[in-house]
Amino acid sequence: MVERTRLFNIVCQVLLFLGLVVSVFPFFIVAIAATHNLRDVNLVPMPLWPGHDFLANFSTAWTRANFGVKLVNSVIFALGVAFGKVAISAITAYSIVYFGYRGRTLIFWLVFITLMLPLEVRIVPTYAVAANVLSPYQAILDVTGISWLIAHFTGVQVALNFGLLDSYAGLILPLVATATGTFLYRQFFLTLPDELVEAAKMDGAGPLRFFWDMIIPLSRTNIAALFTIMFVWAWNEYLWPLLVTTDPLKRVAVVGLLDVVPDKDSLPEWNVAMAGTLIVMLPPLIIVALTQRLFVRGLVATEK
Amino acid sequence: MSPEAISARAENSVSPSSAFVTGDALPRAGDPADAPKIARNTSGPPAKNKGRAPRSGDKRAVFRNNWLGFAFAIPQLLLIFTFFYWPASQAIYWAFTLQGPWGGGSEFVGLDNIKAVVTDPVYWDSVVRSLVFAAVSTGLSMGIALVMALLVDRELAGNKIYRSVLVWPYAIAAPALGLAFRFMLAPQAGVLAFVNHIWPGIWDPTINGNEALGAIIFAFAWKYVGYNFIFMLAALQGIPRSLLEAGAMDGARPLRRMVDIQIPLLTPTLFFLLVLNITDSFQDSFGIVDIMTGGGPARATNLMVYKIYFDGFKGLDYSGAAAQSIILMLLVIALTFIQFRYVERRVHYT
Repeated sequence: MVERTRLFNIVCQVLLFLGLVVSVFPFFIVAIAATHNLRDVNLVPMPLWPGHDFLANFSTAWTRANFGVKLVNSVIFALGVAFGKVAISAITAYSIVYFGYRGRTLIFWLVFITLMLPLEVRIVPTYAVAANVLSPYQAILDVTGISWLIAHFTGVQVALNFGLLDSYAGLILPLVATATGTFLYRQFFLTLPDELVEAAKMDGAGPLRFFWDMIIPLSRTNIAALFTIMFVWAWNEYLWPLLVTTDPLKRVAVVGLLDVVPDKDSLPEWNVAMAGTLIVMLPPLIIVALTQRLFVRGLVATEK
Repeated sequence: MSPEAISARAENSVSPSSAFVTGDALPRAGDPADAPKIARNTSGPPAKNKGRAPRSGDKRAVFRNNWLGFAFAIPQLLLIFTFFYWPASQAIYWAFTLQGPWGGGSEFVGLDNIKAVVTDPVYWDSVVRSLVFAAVSTGLSMGIALVMALLVDRELAGNKIYRSVLVWPYAIAAPALGLAFRFMLAPQAGVLAFVNHIWPGIWDPTINGNEALGAIIFAFAWKYVGYNFIFMLAALQGIPRSLLEAGAMDGARPLRRMVDIQIPLLTPTLFFLLVLNITDSFQDSFGIVDIMTGGGPARATNLMVYKIYFDGFKGLDYSGAAAQSIILMLLVIALTFIQFRYVERRVHYT
């Protein structure tokens, strides 16, 4: 717009710069604190120039929280959730949009309702399911009397038990069991022209072929965006991994932060704590910074 | 943050996904000739969707192989049955029975659990604290994000840098940022400790409950500025440039255009974000509270989800935790419905 507003522009720039400083300041403090030794980091005010002990702090934090193993766990966990979400939402949306079977509206609603209650709200019973993932099915057998019948005729007492605690499946599956991506795909599929299916059918492609050769390549951008968001989201997840894993070798990096939090009674090793914080927060930060456009677009599109 | 909570709302605003598909960045409604089209893409829902509940797709040409189609939906159905519907119904069942810890027997007690919860002053204290947390942190982060988004939308020099850096805080895990803020706001070390050198004992969130609540509010708001900024900027860019130009022709200066044109046109987005921030403040606060304050001092930061976790897993009071879960579920569902009612009457300007 051709318009001279110099004074206002200066005010704007000052405000924007302030916003920038506030956004970056915590990152800056974490990075600086991670380079000091125990004495300097506890000085008041804290020195704002870097110290020389970054490597020492880094390796202390690394060994204390065993971040090597935990970062690997985090990567497996976040990749698992992202892959699971991308794949399962795609086939569900495909089923709802491209097939005409009865009950698909019901399925749509069943999936839709899951958006309303986040995991945190139903955390206690979900944990009970993870402790024995077959308990819902056991209960069904018990209530319907099937387990009684089996016990009566074969003498075998049915006791289904399969625990998911301290396993990758236990970490990943409950976080995949929501509908976030399904709607993204569904919306996208509805924008694809009907002629596409007609043409594919005419060329003799069945549903599997159409899905693999047309839908997947066309959805590439959506898949990438969903994948990025889900990866970052899962990486940052805390409550669920905290509950499901108790074995230190199965824990993820975010939960590993608990090992570097300074206790009230111990030394205030903030330098080590900040080095640990840096290790945990850098991977998602790098991903978001590198895939900025994809991340922002995906976020707006899923409106999560 | 939890994506699922909220993409519920995705359904009613078809808008951004179509822009999303084109492979371009967020469209800029620059060219007046383009304006109506772009406005339709990025503002409210298209008219045809108005007042209609979400429904499954209406493709003309569909595949006949129904069993295969159903099979495609089975993995999702199994997952949501096992990890969503079953636990949700368990919560309801537990809320009306007395559960022994470690799965020992259960006894039907009717409304006793709920009664025990709602007559407990500690619970109400937690509710009030959660609401204060939700209101203040939402107001703070949305206010700052609105100013930032309006200014970035003016596309001054350095626009690109602001656009990416302001988003970064949202990429940080709640516990990590909790630890960072715990250090920065600690009474003896960090950034704010200097005030105690000037006025000894004026700042100590480990003793003063209100200061602790303030600290977690600040940390949460800092993260969500990035989040709100993304949505507000996307919405601002969907406003047809021609409207702003018309305003400029009529002699409205930039500030006046913001107040009289952009902010009113932003109201649907603002309302949507308001509900979203409040529901997120119930869930995403857990990591911050757990690392920064542990619910203390003297339960001053014992927010609702934290209390459920604490009563259920530390106190082994499954029935009490389930009753609290039910109340929280109702609250979240109510907020979602308000959202839907409003979204259907969303203001738009094409």
